Amino acid sequence: MVIGVAAATFLLLHAIPGDPARQVLGLHASAAAIAALRHRWGLDSSLASQFGRYIGDVVTLKLGDSYVYGLPVTTIIAQRIGETAGLVAIATVIAVAITLPLAAIAASHRDRAADHAVRGVSVIGLGMPSFWLGIVLIEVFAVHLRLLPVGGSGSGLLGHLEALLLPSLTAALAIVPLLVRSLRVGMLDVLGADFVAAERANGLGELRVLVWHVARNALIPTLTLLGLNIAFLIGSTVIVENVFALNGLGSLLVSSISSRDFPMVQAITLVLAVSVVAINLATDLAAARLDPRIRLR
Amino acid sequence: MNAQAVASSSRRRRAAGRWRAIRRYPALLAGLTLLSLLVAAVILAPVISPYPPDHVDLFHILAGPSWAHPLGTDELGRDELSRLLWAGRTDLRVGALAVIFPFCFGTAVGTLSGYYGGLLDAFVMRIVDVVIAFPFYVLVIGLVFVVGEGTRGIYIAFAVADWVVYARTVRATTLVVRESDYVAAAKAGGLGDLRILLGHVLPNTISQAIVYIMSDVVLVIVAVVTLGYLGLGVQPPTPDWGSMVSDGQQFLTTHWTLATLPGIAVVLTGLSLSLVGDGLADRLRPQ
Repeated sequence: MVIGVAAATFLLLHAIPGDPARQVLGLHASAAAIAALRHRWGLDSSLASQFGRYIGDVVTLKLGDSYVYGLPVTTIIAQRIGETAGLVAIATVIAVAITLPLAAIAASHRDRAADHAVRGVSVIGLGMPSFWLGIVLIEVFAVHLRLLPVGGSGSGLLGHLEALLLPSLTAALAIVPLLVRSLRVGMLDVLGADFVAAERANGLGELRVLVWHVARNALIPTLTLLGLNIAFLIGSTVIVENVFALNGLGSLLVSSISSRDFPMVQAITLVLAVSVVAINLATDLAAARLDPRIRLR
Repeated sequence: MNAQAVASSSRRRRAAGRWRAIRRYPALLAGLTLLSLLVAAVILAPVISPYPPDHVDLFHILAGPSWAHPLGTDELGRDELSRLLWAGRTDLRVGALAVIFPFCFGTAVGTLSGYYGGLLDAFVMRIVDVVIAFPFYVLVIGLVFVVGEGTRGIYIAFAVADWVVYARTVRATTLVVRESDYVAAAKAGGLGDLRILLGHVLPNTISQAIVYIMSDVVLVIVAVVTLGYLGLGVQPPTPDWGSMVSDGQQFLTTHWTLATLPGIAVVLTGLSLSLVGDGLADRLRPQ
């Protein structure tokens, strides 16, 4: 799987029209200088041997030097990845904290006003671009209410958390509609199960049934759903970082694209895709751990 | 004359029946109404917009709402309402086209992969897994980087990044249909593969893909606008909701409408399409 992802990023880089050496050295570079740079980057050997070397480099984490910063891309990514990881982590917590009660309310009030309200809001949320939502949140909380910073990374641990709050909320709200929709259906299935009917027949209170039994059974689908949507969440953090001017991998990706920094783009794409694979694997394992009915093949 | 009257009254009755059927689905009706209003507005943009979208008027920059400019003007004195309409024209067209390619390609690949199975299927599913591992926006941004910004880049990037979900969905239903009795009967009857695929398999699998395309087009339009915001999508001077938001962002403290209105236009578009999509899904779902 990881090799497949690496192969895809390799192909992506080599599908670029034009010669990267000429791109870097400019139109007026001498043929000898271009040949020398091509040789240094190994672009003069065959595609197959380049690919072999590339896979070797990926395994040993030698991803090359950034054209712009002149440092190994791994060093720069290491400096930036914390910001993105923090954003994804806080956004996940916020997304779950919003999704669980909304889905529970919608499922337990099926086809009544509360259900329609939750579904209506999530339909609106589906078509809301997260960059725009971020700007609206800045407008309300930072510009008018002056509660939170407009952008940037903040200083100190507390300032840092404060600075991540609005971006995380924005990224979380991008996946909440998807999560609420799926979890509502999942909870409706649990609510229709025999054991719930049995508990109600035994006189257990509705709240107790909902919180203790239904929510517990809905936990595993939530976990799986999170795993499935983590790719989307990581994708929206790329956007959100640009809106809030955070120094994470997403803003680095977009700025590297405008400066045509090939190794940087390749490495960031690879890192993000590999983390999606890793997180998916982790959620699958966790779900199998929590639910004895799931057996890993 | 009599026959004509009967025919016209039965037609009227059928139309009335259809009307009642639509009224049973208020969300679908609301979605269709909103969508037709939006589509009509952007189609008629050349007629109804008060100014050309690139009409610069440096004497009236950042003006508030007035009779001459109902929604005010931007930092170059261009009329905001006209730009919204023309941008909608661009974004709806690009969004609709960008979703067609992955739909066709994904459906074709999914059908073949599910029907023939074996090595082809294993190979296709490996590729699907790899494509799905990339966060959608990361892949699309990377692809636009490779093929170049602008509408051509958007079409290619979405075709490569977005076909996988169609392929997966259609493959799953094809696997079921392949084992059905009517396909077995068609095979026993000596029909060719092509005829079975087009006449027997596809009509039973395509509805899933059609239901998905309605929610997918929302994601695609949002993504097109997002690329425009990042400066990787539709290139200026062609108006686009995304670049309008990014242009308006710097005037947030003084002129908040410039960044807010294009977003509301996107939300309304998404809402109308989602309502139509949900309504269609309800109608197409087997009772």
